[in-house]
Amino acid sequence: MTSDASTAGPETAGAGLTSLIGEAEKLANPHGHEGETATAVNSEKNRSLYASRIKIYPKLVHGRYRLVKWVVMAITLGVYYVTPWIRWDRGPFAPDQAVLLDFPHRRFYFFWIEIWPQEVYYLTGLLILASVLLFLVTSLAGRVWCGYTCPQTVWTDLFIYIERLIEGDRSARIRLDKSSFSINKLVRKTSKHAVWLIVAIATGGAWVFYFDDAPTLAANLLTFSADPVAYLFIAIFTATTYVFGGLAREQVCTYMCPWPRIQGAMFDDESFLVTYKYDRGDPRGPHKKNTSWDGRGDCIDCGQCVAACPMGIDIRDGMQLECIQCALCIDACDDIMAKVGRPRGLIEYDTPANMDRRLAGEKERFHIFRPRTVIYMGVLVLVSAIMFFSLATRGAIDLNVLRDRNPLFVQLSDGSIRNGYTVKIINKVHEEQAFSIRIDGLPSAQLIQQGVSAGDSVKTAIPPDSLKDIKTFVILPREALGSLDGGEASLRFIVENISTGETVYNETSFRGPR
Amino acid sequence: MTDTKHTDDVTGVDTTGHQWDDIRELNNPLPKWWVYSFYACIVWSVAYWIVMPAWPIFMNGAWTYTGGVIGYDQRVVVENDIAEVAAGRQVYMDQISAQDLPTIQQNVELMEVALAGGRAAFGDNCAPCHGSGAQGSTGYPNLNDDDWIWGGSLEDIHVTLKHGIRWEADDDTRFNEMPRYLTDEILTADQVSDVTDYVLTLSGTAETTEASARGSEIFARECTACHMDGGIGNRELGAPNLADAIWLYGGDRASVYESIANARAGQMPAWGDRLDPVTVKQLALYVHALGGGE
Ligand code: SF4
Ligand code: SF4
Repeated sequence: MTSDASTAGPETAGAGLTSLIGEAEKLANPHGHEGETATAVNSEKNRSLYASRIKIYPKLVHGRYRLVKWVVMAITLGVYYVTPWIRWDRGPFAPDQAVLLDFPHRRFYFFWIEIWPQEVYYLTGLLILASVLLFLVTSLAGRVWCGYTCPQTVWTDLFIYIERLIEGDRSARIRLDKSSFSINKLVRKTSKHAVWLIVAIATGGAWVFYFDDAPTLAANLLTFSADPVAYLFIAIFTATTYVFGGLAREQVCTYMCPWPRIQGAMFDDESFLVTYKYDRGDPRGPHKKNTSWDGRGDCIDCGQCVAACPMGIDIRDGMQLECIQCALCIDACDDIMAKVGRPRGLIEYDTPANMDRRLAGEKERFHIFRPRTVIYMGVLVLVSAIMFFSLATRGAIDLNVLRDRNPLFVQLSDGSIRNGYTVKIINKVHEEQAFSIRIDGLPSAQLIQQGVSAGDSVKTAIPPDSLKDIKTFVILPREALGSLDGGEASLRFIVENISTGETVYNETSFRGPR
Repeated sequence: MTDTKHTDDVTGVDTTGHQWDDIRELNNPLPKWWVYSFYACIVWSVAYWIVMPAWPIFMNGAWTYTGGVIGYDQRVVVENDIAEVAAGRQVYMDQISAQDLPTIQQNVELMEVALAGGRAAFGDNCAPCHGSGAQGSTGYPNLNDDDWIWGGSLEDIHVTLKHGIRWEADDDTRFNEMPRYLTDEILTADQVSDVTDYVLTLSGTAETTEASARGSEIFARECTACHMDGGIGNRELGAPNLADAIWLYGGDRASVYESIANARAGQMPAWGDRLDPVTVKQLALYVHALGGGE
């Protein structure tokens, strides 16, 4: 792909820029490699009020970061499309889909983990983990999320890849857009949009499989007998994928996403950011082959970094809000540096502090452990530990005892005091289980179940995978009222799974007159 | 707020010319797509005003509103929703209506419906006197406990609910009338005082004294017909148990004296006249399930 420009010559006609830049092009050319007339359309001096978007034609680059991005794209897309099809046996009363967000039955399944509605704090924990991880990574190496793994970036990259397959690389695309109507143009444009649409439908289609049994839903979708809501969501996600990945692209990152605004608070002078090392690159300017590099910078002003940038900025202007840190400009420049015989890394992951150190003639140093990264790591470890501990120790019974508050207590005709409790037991086992309930803490108190004659032990059977409310009363005889301290005593409800012996308890209190 | 054009030093961008306490706003470019979305929103809202109910207007001497061309009305939507819910509920209401109370009590699913309905009806109709938790207050019985003046079986509760207490509009109402011993000069003040002392011994609140011994004789003559020997009460007649720990009008000496001297005659409406039979049944089941039902 890199050879097209050298045969086609400078792309002055394609980009339609001032002849000044065209001159620069010719000067940059003596090395025999391509020059680019790319404009940093979103750089500060090139934008106006109420600006229309100027289309960006990112050029394909080759290099280690591009390779990493291809691999990450393959993995993330693979995970996204394959996950709903993974099966996981949970027995006859539960779905066998490994990852399933089952809203109608109010369950989230994630391999061996099963989340009930009252356990959404696991999701909260997960979100806290995700955000702290994001903070940590951002303070270490900038917008790694944006540049490599954000769905917006991955899908845009995929859409650009398709565009490139059908319309050619940057220069060919510019030429095609400039050309007048032809069958060739029509065919290429239509097929591009058609393929985009197919990808968009596949994306929206895969989304709904996370919410229902994938094989069943797929069959229903194909026979047009699925729930209309499924089609609606497919339509919505198809539309957003198509619009965001194909049409809006960098505008999503620049105007719609809040993350670029937050990043400023995450970076500091020791963060690794994609940086143009102006201390090495400037003064920049075209360079003739076999002339000296003395007294000038390494940047030959070839514009390749700008041509490669999917965000339409010039990394040589310094850190900018638009930059998603995709590192493609690094690959573009490394290529050039190799060709002109200078060391690679004119654009490289670098820290602002090191730039200052080099300028001051000091040695480069890397501060990975800084107060903020240490705090983020600490929080990360802590939250993960809490999550793992609570996941590992969570049992198959959940118990919650709610004491009646209205009235607080009831005096019976023999002077004894009665409190009412609603015992909520969740049986998380996928089979019916029998439970016994008893109390501890008030020796002379008696536990009875509503509608069951007193004296019988309180037992209940709970269907698989469900919650049951059991209304109970605890009666403290008049003689034992002395055991209340200030009208209150603590009381513990103990629930035992009769067959497995698993017990759980819940602390509550017993109230009486002061 | 003054209008002075100003160019920001840091960004080199013009400001809008407005300033508030030295705070200026940069006049940065708006993306075109944003501007067009904004226009689209305006078009949308105009279309919305035409299609949907929107503006208040003064017409023919009264305030009304533009109805919108498709005639959408949220009131109708709500009415339909309510009708739909009612239709779904009707299945259960028919069953509650057809079955007798003990049969309903055996039916877990039906009981769930009845208790929910009973709780709602209780909150609407009964809570003003009996309290939202049915805990009662002076003169209004606590329905959670096991002390029942007119009986605590499902059937008794149902009858009380249906016909009320001392509710003269209902021929079958629960009715009794305790004599006003002092006011109607049946007993002297001293005698009432003696009976009070005796009554307090029944529940173990007071010791036996000379006065209470005198009172016991009067009690045997005047009160046992209804309150029975030992003051254990009689539910057939609605005579409260005087030997237990629960006092509807207070168990202190002054309150008991007042009850004997002036008598008490609380009233409860006959809900059979006011509520439909299914609701009354649900109420009976709910009250019975509060914990004191027999
Ligand atoms: S930084 Fe590198 S890619 Fe960019 S213009 Fe200079 S030499 Fe070319
Ligand atoms: S400046 Fe470089 S790292 Fe930033 S978005 Fe453009 S190509 Fe990616």
